[in-house]
Amino acid sequence: MTTVQNTLAESAEITYRDAVKEAIRDAMKRDPRVFLMGEDVGRYGGCYAVSKGLLDEFGADRIRDTPLSESGFTGAGIGAAMAGVRPIVELMTVNFSLLALDQILNNAATIRHMSGGQFGVPVVIRMATGAGRQLAAQHSHSLEGWYAHIPGIKILAPATVEDARGMLWTALEDPDPVLIFENVMLYNRTGSLAADAGAVAIDKAAIRRPGSDVTLITYGGSLWKTLEAADRLKGEGIDAEVVDLRTLRPLDDATIMASVAKTRRAVIVDEGWRSGSLAAEITTRIVEQVFWELDAPVGRVCSEEVPIPYPAHLEQASIPQADQIVAATKQTLGTMGSGG
Amino acid sequence: MTESGDKPRLTREHLLDLLRHMIRVRMFEDKCAELYTQEKIRGFLHLYDGEEAVAAGIIPVLTPADRVVATYREHGHALVRGVSMTSVMAEMFGKQSGCSGGRGGSMHLFDAATNFYGGNAIVGGGLPLAIGLALADHMRGDDHVTVCFFGEGAVAEGEFHESLNLASLWNLPVLFVCENNGYAMGTALELTESETDIHAKAASYNMTSEAVDGMDVVAVEAAARRAVETIRRDGKPVFLECRTYRFRPHSMFDAQLYRDKAEVASWREKGPIVRFQGWLRENELAHAGEVEAIEKEIQAEIDASVAFAEAAEWEPLADLTKHVYAEA
Repeated sequence: MTTVQNTLAESAEITYRDAVKEAIRDAMKRDPRVFLMGEDVGRYGGCYAVSKGLLDEFGADRIRDTPLSESGFTGAGIGAAMAGVRPIVELMTVNFSLLALDQILNNAATIRHMSGGQFGVPVVIRMATGAGRQLAAQHSHSLEGWYAHIPGIKILAPATVEDARGMLWTALEDPDPVLIFENVMLYNRTGSLAADAGAVAIDKAAIRRPGSDVTLITYGGSLWKTLEAADRLKGEGIDAEVVDLRTLRPLDDATIMASVAKTRRAVIVDEGWRSGSLAAEITTRIVEQVFWELDAPVGRVCSEEVPIPYPAHLEQASIPQADQIVAATKQTLGTMGSGG
Repeated sequence: MTESGDKPRLTREHLLDLLRHMIRVRMFEDKCAELYTQEKIRGFLHLYDGEEAVAAGIIPVLTPADRVVATYREHGHALVRGVSMTSVMAEMFGKQSGCSGGRGGSMHLFDAATNFYGGNAIVGGGLPLAIGLALADHMRGDDHVTVCFFGEGAVAEGEFHESLNLASLWNLPVLFVCENNGYAMGTALELTESETDIHAKAASYNMTSEAVDGMDVVAVEAAARRAVETIRRDGKPVFLECRTYRFRPHSMFDAQLYRDKAEVASWREKGPIVRFQGWLRENELAHAGEVEAIEKEIQAEIDASVAFAEAAEWEPLADLTKHVYAEA
């Protein structure tokens, strides 16, 4: 498996889970207004163990266990942010966030606008997303693309330990609501993190692997499958560039278009369902902005149009995998037109 | 207001203030209804006609640092809270000088200067916000009170349950005010609630809860004083059910097929203004010509607000996508 190499001498292996925890701990230390609130974040330690140990360190006021009231405590986070504190609201999974969708869309995303700019909502809402743990059709979906449809909020999808560690603080400093989607398959993943790692920008996509033949555009849990596919393609003489979107709203069009204009081919890998997906949006933008640079139709690898099934073989078959990414990339190259 | 304690201040001056608040809201909204038929005000228009004693009895009890969360039927709350009539009227017209910059309209009046947090048009949607505002105050140790107004229709929403539970569980300084006008749009309380005694329902969340005659401004004010004092002293929420009635349709589109004219007429006789004004006159607390003088003064304010709104500028189209994110 490919990992991003950290060239700094002073760095250590860390899990994505611990990188998120470090980010929360650091934010809590830096700003007394910051607190974490959600189901089982305290005594239980977080349903994915992200906040384990933080209760002892910061106390029950700032590591605040909530009842199973997603709309209630998400709305409370929104109101608290309006009143000047900096809540981090944790929702166990994106599927549960639907119970809070009224608050996220009708309040967090709209209050600045409805109030003519008088009230901002600097809340951060974190949640797990994605399939791969055999949790079936009510715990495994990837709805971040849906959320990216909504003006007034920002959508982040950290895929690396650097971003897991660095995006939270930047999100907390943002004057608007920021939703952070953590793919469940990343929590146990390790990466090398510099000892002095800190806040990172949240307005730019990143080139995770430079290449010249085709641009593979992805985010979140699919990044690692895409990098694996790129390694395999290299063995077949195809040099793929991998773009990690990092931020799903607003999209960094400049980085995407510069890469596609260079390689003249694009494949988008998105764990959301194909219909009405973020991949569809990016495809459209490519067609709108760099159509004349393209040598082939844009390809897409998305989830199958099925609620995520429980059995492992069906679950794995329902979401993007390296094999499909390799195949879609070859197809894009195989259908190349004139020019190139 | 600096005075605390649960005793209503029954000075003549204070009583006339209560009357003035209610008449001001009523006359403002009568004008709004007229402007609606003239298509100066568009969209939905939900009038507070009949319920004025609730806002007039509760909001003046608050300090400027306290916070108010209201619903889409909130013109009265905004006016009593001190949002200027000119900026409210301009908002109704959709003009840039409106209290929400024209972006909200009738249902979304906001005003940071008076801690007025909207104008929420999702039934029950304001309750979790109020919890959050109060949570911030609670965590900082500030003694502000957040007052959250909502109708009895909101009681059926999950957010009602979630919010009352959170407020009581976390000892948050929230005054929940249920404006029970008997109908959730056109559906009577009896058709939507298994327990129609709403204040009893609230009490089950382990919080102080009281029902009050919402057509009696003095009773509402007395209850509000008790409630706000309790909240500031104990740092715990209090629930107040104000039993009231909406004389006009739910919105300007409502044909009122769900209730008898006789029912409306019988409630009109118990109206908060007619009853209070009559009582003031009987007891010689309102002297000859005083009510007329109040009305004249308010009429002048309304005329000025309409003139202001008429003359106000439309926001340029170039600004369309403003206020989606903070300006860089």
